[in-house]
Amino acid sequence: MIFKAFQKKAPSVSEVAEFDVELRGVSKSFRGETVVREVDLQIAPGEFFSILGPSGCGKTTTLRLIAGFEHASAGEVVIQGNSMSRVPAHQRPVNTVFQSYALFSHLNVAENVAFGLKLQNLKRQEIKERVEEALTLVKMIDFAKRLPQQLSGGQQQRVALARALVNRPAVLLLDEPLGALDLKLRKEMQLELSNIHQDLGMTFIMVTHDQEEALSLSNRIAVMQGGRIEQIGSPAEIYECPRTPFVADFIGDTNLFLGRSREHGNTIQVSTDEGLDLVIQPRYQLPSPMPEDVVVSIRPEKIKMSLQPQANQPNCFEGRLRNVMYKGTHAYYRVELLQGKMITVMYPKASNNLPSPTTPVYVLWHPADCLLVWEPLPTGKATPTEEEH
Amino acid sequence: MPKKARKTKSKEPKLSKPPKLKERGQGNFFEALILLLPSGLWLFLLLVLPTLVIFQLSLVPDIKPGMVVDPSGIENYLRAFEGTFLWVILRSIFFALGTTFSCLILGFPIAYWIGYMLPRGWRNLCLLAFILPLWTSSLLRSYAWISILRPTGLLNSVLVYFDLPPIQILNSPIAVLIGMTYSYLPFMVLILYTAIEKLDSRVLEAAADLGAKPSVIFEKITIPQTSPGILAGCLLVFIGSLGDFVDPELLGGASSMTMARLIYNQFLGTTQNWGFGSALSMLLIIAVSIAIALLLKYGDRSATEA
Repeated sequence: MIFKAFQKKAPSVSEVAEFDVELRGVSKSFRGETVVREVDLQIAPGEFFSILGPSGCGKTTTLRLIAGFEHASAGEVVIQGNSMSRVPAHQRPVNTVFQSYALFSHLNVAENVAFGLKLQNLKRQEIKERVEEALTLVKMIDFAKRLPQQLSGGQQQRVALARALVNRPAVLLLDEPLGALDLKLRKEMQLELSNIHQDLGMTFIMVTHDQEEALSLSNRIAVMQGGRIEQIGSPAEIYECPRTPFVADFIGDTNLFLGRSREHGNTIQVSTDEGLDLVIQPRYQLPSPMPEDVVVSIRPEKIKMSLQPQANQPNCFEGRLRNVMYKGTHAYYRVELLQGKMITVMYPKASNNLPSPTTPVYVLWHPADCLLVWEPLPTGKATPTEEEH
Repeated sequence: MPKKARKTKSKEPKLSKPPKLKERGQGNFFEALILLLPSGLWLFLLLVLPTLVIFQLSLVPDIKPGMVVDPSGIENYLRAFEGTFLWVILRSIFFALGTTFSCLILGFPIAYWIGYMLPRGWRNLCLLAFILPLWTSSLLRSYAWISILRPTGLLNSVLVYFDLPPIQILNSPIAVLIGMTYSYLPFMVLILYTAIEKLDSRVLEAAADLGAKPSVIFEKITIPQTSPGILAGCLLVFIGSLGDFVDPELLGGASSMTMARLIYNQFLGTTQNWGFGSALSMLLIIAVSIAIALLLKYGDRSATEA
């Protein structure tokens, strides 16, 4: 690690750096409690990378480790090829947009934005120009003389963004940047964040618990749980091919079945705890031997519902319609199978003539629409069998 | 940008006034009178009236007990700014400023440690321990300092033990400053603590994130963010120490005459000049009033800005 600290002086190292930010086996414990466990990440220049997870999963700590507010208990953070082990927060080429905005209440908007530039001893004229440029970018130029407490949450958020962007950091860190905004404003700011990212080509690392936000903004997502990264992939990969039961459950709505698997030619058969026999056509190479305890996930939109039994079809089960949740563009039907399992089925529209609670209904899904996931091996790393690059 | 402007405008009607309740500041006159009468009477009889009497006395030159009060001029006030008396006033101000300064320098790190670095659960206990000396009489505390600072006291015993030359501190301005700093430090720490406790660690992190090293963060963020508390603490200590009587009397000796002691001498000491004592008292009251006015105006910015 000491050797790495010296390396940062050699410019050649940073020139050949393939990644903007790299975490190598980073762990962080607070008073014996491990919050981040052996996290490995590589983030390419210009990526919009999201760390997604429920609260307390270690995502914010991971971001703080990159920013330098926390120091790793083990492993190292590398930014643009330079180890950050000995580099304090104020010397790192990153800037942060805080969840609470953390604006300086004794300085006005323009002074807030100029704070970082003044510390770089730039010329007055240049500071002025760059502050104006940044405030124009976030559409706050008309509020330059206001104090932060005179602004609304969304406006403070824009100032916080400008204050970070104006320094032209190598990497912009965003900690739940839109968490405190109402839904409409959040959608608006998501679009603007996306535009700013495209215009500036800067590397963005965003921490969020909002899966929709992560899916719609990011190039890649890391899903975290219990201090570990469960899966890294593009939004489509994360949604379509979750690799762990947690990811399958956390991202989007789904129906989960716990059961035991056995191979059957090209297909896998799973006997679930409820006594259902599912047939699955795996979509990716499975490890050998196949783990016995598995979880099967079927998205509500992949399930069909009919009033006639579908003879000789796999994955067809009888049930009764219990309730309907109307969602505007679509509706969710809750069907209770005879075996007692509740299934959620998505339909584009709510039907007018619904079957009565006593009429048998049949749910059906294709074997290829089943996702097969299992708990990761106890090494703490994702299953090493397949990593799609 | 016009889009933004329209937006804020359209929001305005939503912020219409809450339903008409009885508004604040429009209470019944008699209700107010009943509420304020006891304390008002107390203040009038024991503060306003005596102050007026002192003011009247201050306008009589060379009045002694038993003489007829016959206000005739401002000679007493002019006399306060002559020669030795001016030095007494300046010395009082010097002691007050010195106490304020040393309380700030000593108090800030303590308040910072209790209010920012210490885990939340320990703060109140630590603060309590720190202000414990306030529970003893100020007279006792001054006597304690005498026993420490006197020529054969604790301090010199320690110095002699380490083969260092003994020092003479008692009955010097330094002893007064030590005693007054000790007396007023808890007040300073209490006030600074409330300001520092409100410091947002994320704001300090944001400054570090923008490239500020710790010393710059302290100068550009910590001090400005706690400045209302710093000002309030300084003014409070200044006000208190300007009129302090016990510490200069017991620790200062003859050479450390202050306004409070001078006033004491005019009334109860050998000089027996009530008129001059009253004029000095009025000057002190005016000085402290100005300081309190400043305190109310600038002491707590959050209250005035709201």
